[in-house]
Amino acid sequence: MPERLWRKPLDAEKVIKPKAEIHIFKDQCKECGYCISFCPMKVLEESDEINARGVHPPRVVDESKCIICGFCTSVCPDFAIFVTEKNSKEKPIQ
Amino acid sequence: MTRKGIVLEGVHFLNGDVACAEGAIAAGCRFFAGYPITPATEIAEHLAQRMPEVGGIYIQMEDEIASMAAVIGASYSGLKSMTATSGPGFSLMQENIGLAVMTEAPCVVVDVMRGGPSTGQPTMPSQQDVMQAKWGSHGDYEIVALAPCSVQEMFDLTVEAFNLSETYRVPTMVLADEIVAHMWEKVVIPPAEDIKTVNRKKPNAPPDEYLPFMPDDSLVPPMACFGEGFSFHATGLTHDEHGYPKTSSSEVQQQLVRRLCDKIRLNADRIIRVQEVMLEDADVVVVAYGIVARAALSAVRKAREEGIKAGLLRLVTLWPFPEVQVAKYAEQAEMMIVPEMNYGQLVREVQRAAKETPVRFLSKLGEEPHTPMEILESIRRRDQ
Amino acid sequence: MIEETTIQTSAHPFSKYLRSAMMPHIWCPGCGNGVILNCFVQALDELKLDLDKLVVVSGIGCIGRSAGYTNTNSFHTTHGRPIPFATGAKLANPELEVVVISGDGDLFAIGGNHFIHAARRNVGLKVICANNFNYGMTGGQQGPTTPLESSTPTSPYGSIEHPFNLVHLAAASGATYVARWTTVHVRNVTQSFKKLFQKKGFCFVEVITPCPELYGRYNKMRTGLEMMDWFKRASRIEHFSDPSKAEITSDRIVVGEFVDMDRLSYEKLLHEKIAQINEKALGKVK
Repeated sequence: MPERLWRKPLDAEKVIKPKAEIHIFKDQCKECGYCISFCPMKVLEESDEINARGVHPPRVVDESKCIICGFCTSVCPDFAIFVTEKNSKEKPIQ
Repeated sequence: MTRKGIVLEGVHFLNGDVACAEGAIAAGCRFFAGYPITPATEIAEHLAQRMPEVGGIYIQMEDEIASMAAVIGASYSGLKSMTATSGPGFSLMQENIGLAVMTEAPCVVVDVMRGGPSTGQPTMPSQQDVMQAKWGSHGDYEIVALAPCSVQEMFDLTVEAFNLSETYRVPTMVLADEIVAHMWEKVVIPPAEDIKTVNRKKPNAPPDEYLPFMPDDSLVPPMACFGEGFSFHATGLTHDEHGYPKTSSSEVQQQLVRRLCDKIRLNADRIIRVQEVMLEDADVVVVAYGIVARAALSAVRKAREEGIKAGLLRLVTLWPFPEVQVAKYAEQAEMMIVPEMNYGQLVREVQRAAKETPVRFLSKLGEEPHTPMEILESIRRRDQ
Repeated sequence: MIEETTIQTSAHPFSKYLRSAMMPHIWCPGCGNGVILNCFVQALDELKLDLDKLVVVSGIGCIGRSAGYTNTNSFHTTHGRPIPFATGAKLANPELEVVVISGDGDLFAIGGNHFIHAARRNVGLKVICANNFNYGMTGGQQGPTTPLESSTPTSPYGSIEHPFNLVHLAAASGATYVARWTTVHVRNVTQSFKKLFQKKGFCFVEVITPCPELYGRYNKMRTGLEMMDWFKRASRIEHFSDPSKAEITSDRIVVGEFVDMDRLSYEKLLHEKIAQINEKALGKVK
């Protein structure tokens, strides 16, 4: 059970919460639903738009809630979604 | 037996299986995967001892199917590889022989033919696997098969089998019979520097431009192996030059299947070897291979002494079938006689190539090959 | 690399491990094979493995197509034969890392004999089994891991065959590393895949994966999510429990590592012996 912060951490001003950037390759999605279902922060939901495969890709509800756990990146069978840290000093592998 | 380095050079008294094993080593074979089966077991046993001496690998796999798969794997890792078996094992290997053909893996398969079908007569000779060598696996394909007739040829033709398999990236069979494999004769093994060996052609394109199944002018693609810096994919599925499966394209299937066959068919004149004895003016031509050819030679000589213009066409290469040579002598001869230790296999090819010329088939099954007298009788009765 | 740049959004971080000419893959929506491939390339990425020395060998089946998707040396063999092929390749060049990725039918029905002997010999192969409880490629027929009473096209009245317990089979045959996960446990799958490259000897990871189009559809789990729900609900992590008691049932899937030991690998023993004998033989020559 997650602890609720009942007081402010001493270094709260110094630590910057990483910002997530969620990339979705809409036309690669097959609507399996894994990313939406397994996201711990419920950041994704099924969109209304239809992609090239005739199904609904996910869409981001609130990118600020994402904790960059990377579960969606790993569980997507189609390499259609991945998350990176915005303005990170690290360049992603090409 | 003295061992002077890797090649067993010198004059030796050996049995056919051992000569075959020594031929493999002389050719540069450094991987053997097999399974014991009479009458080829001696090849495995001899190599179990000799391979580590020359720094090579011997492994006894759990069955012949695994043996053939391991041979292809080792070939793709860069080693010259072989296996040895007899009829029942040869049947098991057929699917993976097809894989070797499709992935163009150089390898040698020795089949010491014994009485069949099925378990048959394990200790008796035959020539009953000849058609299977060509047609055993499914689909259209070509392989090369050689038939030694002496212990010396067990050595020489095994070396040649490796050279052919490396040149054409095709599984090459050595179709011996149990007699040639088990008899003991004098073998002269030249020094290593006098034995011609051929290695597979390597790519001359850089890794990012390399196409694993793009043939050059000889219709044979240069071969990269695992770990050499060329990252490639090979599959038993119909594939294009990249090696990627293309199972829905008729064009790719046409090109691939035809090339796999044509690389042997169009190079047949460079692959085929025959021995022509007293054929210049022959009326009766005996077409034989393997141990039977030796009895045929004796019969033909005796026939000449009796004034009959007989000649022997000994087939050293069984596949691709020497139809040009057979057709040539069929045209000049009045009849052809084909003695085989089976109930009608290569004789069909002879009949096809001989066209109008009558072909008489002498079948013999069981322990003994044809005697020279039996063949001579048939030559004498050529008008009947 | 430390640089102040913005992230390039066009390429997936693992795209360099995949053959772009072959993508997208042929697998169905929700197929767990894609998850296994994803975790595999992620493991390669985290380890920064030398791809030139990696050989991926696969058999026939849906998961068998994965050899064509990885951007490494790869070979797609005949049905049931990736393990003996891999044995030949590994022994001929022990520097290679040889991974076998195949399915439950290919590895344990037609290929069963090869599996137990390679494990017995302890050849240094890394075997990844995508267990989807049926023969997916040919239409969902029953296989050696199909649970009892399952409905498949070749067991329309319910399967009466008891399935294999793969981790028990692997452990009993002598594998030095045996683990089972499901595609829900993506992190653990990736960690186990990484472990494969750190161990010598014969290693085996079973990944239970959804086949929603076939096994799922025939057995009242029409979507991938329903199958993943089953995995999530029924699995419990019990490291180093007794593999013989780890049979899969509808409400119990034991996952975790079962075996993690060290035993001299076949290729090491073989090459040491060859070196000894070779030296001795050459010594006699001089």
